[in-house]
Amino acid sequence: MLLLEVNNLTKRFGGLVAVESLSFTVNPGETLSIIGPNGAGKTTVFNLITGFYQPTSGQIKFEGVDLAGIKPNKIALAGIGRTFQVVKPLRGLSVFENVLVGAFARKGDRAEAEGIARDVLEFTDLAPFSDAIADGLPIGMRKRLELARSLATRPKLILLDEVMSGLNPTESREAIDLIRRLRDERGISAVAGVEHVMQVVMSISDRVIVLNHGKKIAEGPPAQVIDNPDVIEAYLGRVTP
Amino acid sequence: MSRAKLILSSGSVFLMIVAPLILETRYSQHVLILVLLYIVLGSAWNILGGFAGQLSLGHAAFFGIGAYAAAVIASKTSLSPWVAIVLGPAIVLPIALLVGWICFRLRGPYFTLSTIAVGEVVRLVALNWSSLTGGAVGVVIRPSLFSGTSKLPYYYIVLTIAVFSVMLSAALSRRRLGYYLMAIREDEETAESIGIDTTRYKLIALALSASLTAVAGAFYANYFLFVDPTIVLPLSLSVEIVLMAIIGGLGTVGGPILGAILLKLSSELFRNEFSQANLLIYGVLLIVVILFMPGGLIGGVRKVMKIGAGNPRRASA
Repeated sequence: MLLLEVNNLTKRFGGLVAVESLSFTVNPGETLSIIGPNGAGKTTVFNLITGFYQPTSGQIKFEGVDLAGIKPNKIALAGIGRTFQVVKPLRGLSVFENVLVGAFARKGDRAEAEGIARDVLEFTDLAPFSDAIADGLPIGMRKRLELARSLATRPKLILLDEVMSGLNPTESREAIDLIRRLRDERGISAVAGVEHVMQVVMSISDRVIVLNHGKKIAEGPPAQVIDNPDVIEAYLGRVTP
Repeated sequence: MSRAKLILSSGSVFLMIVAPLILETRYSQHVLILVLLYIVLGSAWNILGGFAGQLSLGHAAFFGIGAYAAAVIASKTSLSPWVAIVLGPAIVLPIALLVGWICFRLRGPYFTLSTIAVGEVVRLVALNWSSLTGGAVGVVIRPSLFSGTSKLPYYYIVLTIAVFSVMLSAALSRRRLGYYLMAIREDEETAESIGIDTTRYKLIALALSASLTAVAGAFYANYFLFVDPTIVLPLSLSVEIVLMAIIGGLGTVGGPILGAILLKLSSELFRNEFSQANLLIYGVLLIVVILFMPGGLIGGVRKVMKIGAGNPRRASA
């Protein structure tokens, strides 16, 4: 069965069409990248899938269940985790507590929730910083904390909104490694929204879809998509001889 | 709970049990009762304002409704005043949920403004619904809970309520409910994204906070044996409760305790020593604490003791 099924999804904000008749699917255990220039509609797609926005038309199904009208917290409990492009840590809480709050989604008992939190902190290499207050973390670690907090809710599918932006090369490599291990070690599917870090797209994606002005302009394996003339045009503009 | 905290808390409770036996004058016992009452009010407010970050400036409404419920039931029905103490919060609960249903549509300062409005509406209702509340004249309560004139029974009742309030806060600060409230305070969207029904948990926080405040109100009515709108429903009472929690340390278990002790003791002390100048000194004290201890008294204490020197808003005191 398909994990996620998006059919003819459209979202209008007044006169602006942010997402137009978008359809795609995610298989269990697959990492899909949604790429596209700034403003292509990637974050809007994530907000639609996680219930933060309601679609103007179209349908989103998760494990065969229609998500129409379901609130964000219920969608999270159904198994869709997310990170935010502009990181939103629980600032006053420690790294450990941030992840613990996520773990409480699955275990009401503190000792059991702590078990999940410790496991996730190990997995994301954040364990040495458990006691640090989230507010003071450097951006690379905040991005990882976003992922860790979401992982603690035990998602089947995780939506990663620009996990690479603002990272230095070392941090990027670590993040790529982490996303790979998500799939390989935990079997968690991911949809990664990526603006322009092609290294990321090439190395983590099983499949890529390309958005431009809210419309899908290409889909396929990463190597093939990157050579597509429409994609090059969307990023670089038309070449006039 | 760490060993040090266990010793500290059981030691304080023991001290509070024997305190009125040592401080035998009626006045000092009265001051102790007030301090304990304000610990209840501060802790109750702190559940909603400190943990969940929903700054209410309308808690006098819940206090007043609890007080009036107890007063009206005790003086106009044949029910025992003890029943009245239990019925106070039972009456407040649906009102609090209605208030939450309306006010939680608003965020931040707009929520705070709406709670001021709630407080004023309740005060005006009490002022004008003369057939029930006696209007500006108020309600005299009889019979009282105890036949003698000793303050000790009242002291031990309010001590029990205070210990319960603090234990509730302590339990919250370690459990899922408390962490969910803190998550809502820090970022509501993040909270939603990890499965927290923010509307539901804010209502739970309000329900707990308002009910506990109403218990304090019902106790107050039975202790003072008189209520009127200027005593149990003024905006200044709401402000005083908030100040206490903020000065003590927002979102901490110990904050409202320290805040209540400092503010109540100092206001009583200054009233005696400096008569008319007491409010001035009270104001200066507030400014000093806010300027030099941004994490509240509890943050200052932690800094001095070098324990948990992290963010003062964390709930681990």
